[in-house]
Amino acid sequence: MTQEQLNGSQILLRALADQGADVVFGYPGGVVLPLYDELFKQNAVRHVLVRHEQGAVHAAEGYARSTGKVGVVLVTSGPGATNTVTGLTDALLDSTPLVCLTGQVPTSLIGNDAFQEADTTGITRSCTKHNYLVKDVTQLARTLHEAFHVARSGRPGPVLVDLPKDVLTAVGPYLSPQAVRHKSYHPRVRGDASAITETVRLMAQARRPLFYGGGGIINSGPQAAERLTQLVHATGFPITLTLMGLGAVPAHDPHFLGMVGMHGTYEANMAMHDCDLMLCIGARFDDRVTGKVSAFSPHSRKVHVDIDPSSINKNVMVDIPIIGDVGTVLEDMMQAWRALAPRPDRALLNPWWNVIEEWRARQCLKFEETDRVIKPQRVIRSLYEATRGRDVYVCTEVGQHQMWAAQHFGFDEPRRWMTSGGLGTMGFGLPAAIGAQMAHPDSLVIDIAGEASIMMNIQEMATAVQHRLPVKVFIINNRYMGMVRQWQELLYGGRYSESYSATLPDFVKLAEAFGWTGFKVEKADALDAVLKTALDAPGPVIVDVVVDSSENCFPMIPAGAAHNEILLGPADETGREPGNEEGMVLI
Amino acid sequence: MTTTLRQETRHTISVLVDNEAGVLARVIGLFSGRGYNIESLTVAEVDLREKLSRITIVTIGTPMIIEQIKAQLGRLVPVQKVSDLTAEGPHVERELALIKVKGVGETRREALQIADIFRARVVDSTHESFVFEIVGNTGKLDAFITLMEPLGLIEISRTGVVAIARGSQPL
Ligand SMILES: Cc1ncc(C[n+]2csc(CCOP(=O)(O)OP(=O)(O)O)c2C)c(N)n1
Ligand SMILES: [Mg+2]
Repeated sequence: MTQEQLNGSQILLRALADQGADVVFGYPGGVVLPLYDELFKQNAVRHVLVRHEQGAVHAAEGYARSTGKVGVVLVTSGPGATNTVTGLTDALLDSTPLVCLTGQVPTSLIGNDAFQEADTTGITRSCTKHNYLVKDVTQLARTLHEAFHVARSGRPGPVLVDLPKDVLTAVGPYLSPQAVRHKSYHPRVRGDASAITETVRLMAQARRPLFYGGGGIINSGPQAAERLTQLVHATGFPITLTLMGLGAVPAHDPHFLGMVGMHGTYEANMAMHDCDLMLCIGARFDDRVTGKVSAFSPHSRKVHVDIDPSSINKNVMVDIPIIGDVGTVLEDMMQAWRALAPRPDRALLNPWWNVIEEWRARQCLKFEETDRVIKPQRVIRSLYEATRGRDVYVCTEVGQHQMWAAQHFGFDEPRRWMTSGGLGTMGFGLPAAIGAQMAHPDSLVIDIAGEASIMMNIQEMATAVQHRLPVKVFIINNRYMGMVRQWQELLYGGRYSESYSATLPDFVKLAEAFGWTGFKVEKADALDAVLKTALDAPGPVIVDVVVDSSENCFPMIPAGAAHNEILLGPADETGREPGNEEGMVLI
Repeated sequence: MTTTLRQETRHTISVLVDNEAGVLARVIGLFSGRGYNIESLTVAEVDLREKLSRITIVTIGTPMIIEQIKAQLGRLVPVQKVSDLTAEGPHVERELALIKVKGVGETRREALQIADIFRARVVDSTHESFVFEIVGNTGKLDAFITLMEPLGLIEISRTGVVAIARGSQPL
């Protein structure tokens, strides 16, 4: 049997097609020209030309997170590659599967400080799950298939493949994905059976149990979310979710206590503090969730289900670690729970639910409304109301608006919510929305933005126009880097050093300049009508919503504090000691 | 109990890796990026057919940190096996050093005597110097070096620790 011989660029495109990658987000340059030439001659893989390589990575993240598929990025060597570093780090921290293809100078020039040469594998070693430099065309197909496998399996993440120009032109064999199996990388999927049995035994005895779910549920796939919802219903246990986990159970489910963590709900954080059994499912005890570790949930036994062994006992010691895929473990857990006889008495949970209802009654997300100014929370609420029942995907930038979106927009399904959690990358939302819209051309895709963040990848407005992507951007314009201003108010005596959004553009004119439609709204009574018009407008739209510039985001657990030291509103902050060192370091 | 959790101990960890470009940089980058200690690190190919290298790392940390180090190493794609020899039972550790000592007159004879006691071999000698080769565990090498110091120690080159578990089982 003779193997088919192709040139490196053809091998690459074939591998993409065989891996089911139909969209590539990229930007051309010298060393990738052979590949762009092959791209020109085919139709199987569509290329989305971005306007900055960071935008390509975030777009691929939006594509990946809204579909569960691997997002693909293609950029040139040197500056093209270095421009991807923020996006790759973002994808690494949020466990997003990507394959980033970077051009490289010809192998004969590597190490010579050649034009547009950068040590790409060296630079990206710590911000990728794994990376490769392909020096020989005979290894190309194998490496690409391996890259996709590593990106999507286990704890997903970004994988980079560096491609010298001569490898893209050399001729070599093509191998199908089936012909490739990695020597050593085989993450564990099935959880330990005895640990699951032991967990279910603890669940049956618990009086104050709590599920604490995270992004691992979303990454495991829609089945995991369904199984979790079933288990929640079967047990009657309350559940909270992290920023990354929103949508894993429906937001309107009465068992859902809202988001946990620094800007999570009062009831969720109090339940974390007071529970006697914590079932952590695909979350990682991040510092924004735990607050002060020494005071974290002092009375609970803790079970931790995670596919990544290094997440276990990293920040918080747990009693039962279960290493495996969340979806698979939840299925086994459900079976073990059903097999349990006699059925645990659900009435035993009544006292716990009564306490939770008392916490809920505090209505921690309530905000004061006036008709004088638009409250930022009102914008999110109205957007949520206006899009309810519609097929909607929501991305955000980073700051107060992001937290308000997490608090006030309800997500009933996984993969509908895309925000930069681990890295907190301003400029994530617009390109991510473009990527999500590319994957779901007929859906409504929204970016909830801050006026400062949106400026960080504003150039991607052109990408949306070129590819006819009707994304809707709502700028929660408070004229401040609001989250920074809030910390300065609480911790730095109100000295608003460099946090004012000076010399903002006229966003309506900006929209028009790019070929978008622009709206501006300042009056509370005009808000709903403008939102509706914007949502129904055909192409891409920016809505500049001028909101109260002094509003702060509550509830808030000051960094370095315990869950039960949560601040509920402005009244709580007066008379508070200025924050401690740890708090200052953490922003 | 909290004191034992906070106590730092020394662990010798063996890591079997695919011998591919950049694998050592990955391991070292992991230690520097996450702020772990490296007391010593050795590496060489041990299986030419399968292209496997063995890295031996001596590190110091609290039990939680040592667990993290092992888990983080295990997460690297080219890593095949991670074994904490210190935790997993009896093992043998060896290190080799080449030690250059000034040796004239009285000190020359004394250096040779001490070398004899330590079973160090002379691998080079001139009229005014020796190079000793000594093999043993880290403590033995340290002791030898301490004794050579007053006699005119010039230079030291050490391999770092290599280690293997006792008994018939492989890693
Ligand atoms: C790339 C980047 N630089 C800096 C920061 C620090 N930062 C966090 S929130 C924030 C302010 C964001 O302002 P805006 O987009 O207006 O959102 P708001 O908080 O006002 O809603 C800044 C500067 C960041 N997260 N990302
Ligand atoms: Mg702002």
